[in-house]
Amino acid sequence: MIDLSLIEQYGDRFLDGTLITLKLVLIASILGLLIALPLALARSSRHRRYWMPAYAYIYFFRGTPLLIQLFIIYYGLGQFPAITESFLWPVLSNAEYCGLIGLTLNTAAYTAEILRGGIRAVPRGEVEAAKAYGMSWWMAQHRIVLPRAIRIAWPAYGNEVVLLLKGSALVSTIAVWDLMGEARSVFSRTYALEVFVYAAVVYFLLTFTLTRVFSQIEKRINRYLVSY
Amino acid sequence: MVMLENLSYGDAGFGDELLIGTLLTLELAVVSLVVGILLGLLTAAAKLSNNRFYRLLAQGYTELVRGIPEMLVVLVVFFGASALLQTVAGWFNYDAYIEVNAFVAGVFALGLVFGAFSSEVFRGAFLAVPKGQMEAAVACGMTSWQAFYRIRLPQMWRFAIPGLGNLWMVLLKDTSLISIIALDELLRWSKVAAETTKQPFTFYIAAAIIYLLLTILSDMARVRLENRANRGVMAHD
Repeated sequence: MIDLSLIEQYGDRFLDGTLITLKLVLIASILGLLIALPLALARSSRHRRYWMPAYAYIYFFRGTPLLIQLFIIYYGLGQFPAITESFLWPVLSNAEYCGLIGLTLNTAAYTAEILRGGIRAVPRGEVEAAKAYGMSWWMAQHRIVLPRAIRIAWPAYGNEVVLLLKGSALVSTIAVWDLMGEARSVFSRTYALEVFVYAAVVYFLLTFTLTRVFSQIEKRINRYLVSY
Repeated sequence: MVMLENLSYGDAGFGDELLIGTLLTLELAVVSLVVGILLGLLTAAAKLSNNRFYRLLAQGYTELVRGIPEMLVVLVVFFGASALLQTVAGWFNYDAYIEVNAFVAGVFALGLVFGAFSSEVFRGAFLAVPKGQMEAAVACGMTSWQAFYRIRLPQMWRFAIPGLGNLWMVLLKDTSLISIIALDELLRWSKVAAETTKQPFTFYIAAAIIYLLLTILSDMARVRLENRANRGVMAHD
């Protein structure tokens, strides 16, 4: 039943696909985090002109399927001559860039909510202590609130990166040759179900490793905390 | 506005097709929810059982589904089921390509995913009911089944709703994956409309807005259910 010649024949393509998947996830998670930080601060603001746009952004990206978001970016934007004739078109007509943009914008919304939860969970006393020391709002944010918030939010953030990795498989629908894309293409040629089993094994190993890495870092960043 | 004309209801536009697609999306989500809840309860029971084999089986199923993309689950179920049927048909000398019904495969795949995640919610809810209450119930003369049915189950619901609510949102959005195996749900119709009218942006945004409305409605329903389930509990802080 298990046909090892498939690996011999298509092994390189699986490897290439896995590298694309890893590249997309790595870049999207970094860029997503960079967008999520100001987004979370804006969302936590008391001023309507800050929290409203942040809230709308987060609600849209969390309330609609990632698959549709990718379709809007890759297929949808081409509807407008203003875009197809602009300098942005070389980027927006490239499937891989569109996949990256979609994954980044999507994970930024989820990450912002996670960070906001972390910011809210920072004990009030610590924020007040920072104020009492005469720290400005900015200084208190970057010295006290954010470092604490990131540690509190870390496990949830780890989950989000795993979800991002799993969600990245959707870019195969807009013709990106990631692991899923390669698997689907090999399957359509061979009709061998093992192809999907191999892909599943690789995804499983990647998520498993990612989970481990995150829990190791969690232990490390929280090592100053005494456990009772 | 030519753009909006294409969204109109009837022969001129795709409004009615989007509506039909939305109804199928909802149908798919609700049937998958029922299958997923049953599977989740069963898996949670296996995880809490004294039988080592059941526990391992349930644990393995949960870890596996958590670790692979939902899209892969959908494809494996769809193509796996048709390969299986074909093999069985081959034993009876029947050689033809058999395609599994996309709705059934979709329900099965989404149910599998929901079951894996909800089993953790149910397990947590089961353990969240204080032990003393169950002991009190038995002390009152209830059988263990009565204690489960009267005391534990109604309270489990309360602890499970927030988690199940989140999973429902995930499930609702995951129904769009079933368009990949060509079920005529909302996204599939949007795609057809986008290709026919050459207005992909209009129709994918329309689909996104419909999903957004479904999310908002689900959010409202969840708040109501949570309030209802907590009506016997005093508010803290």
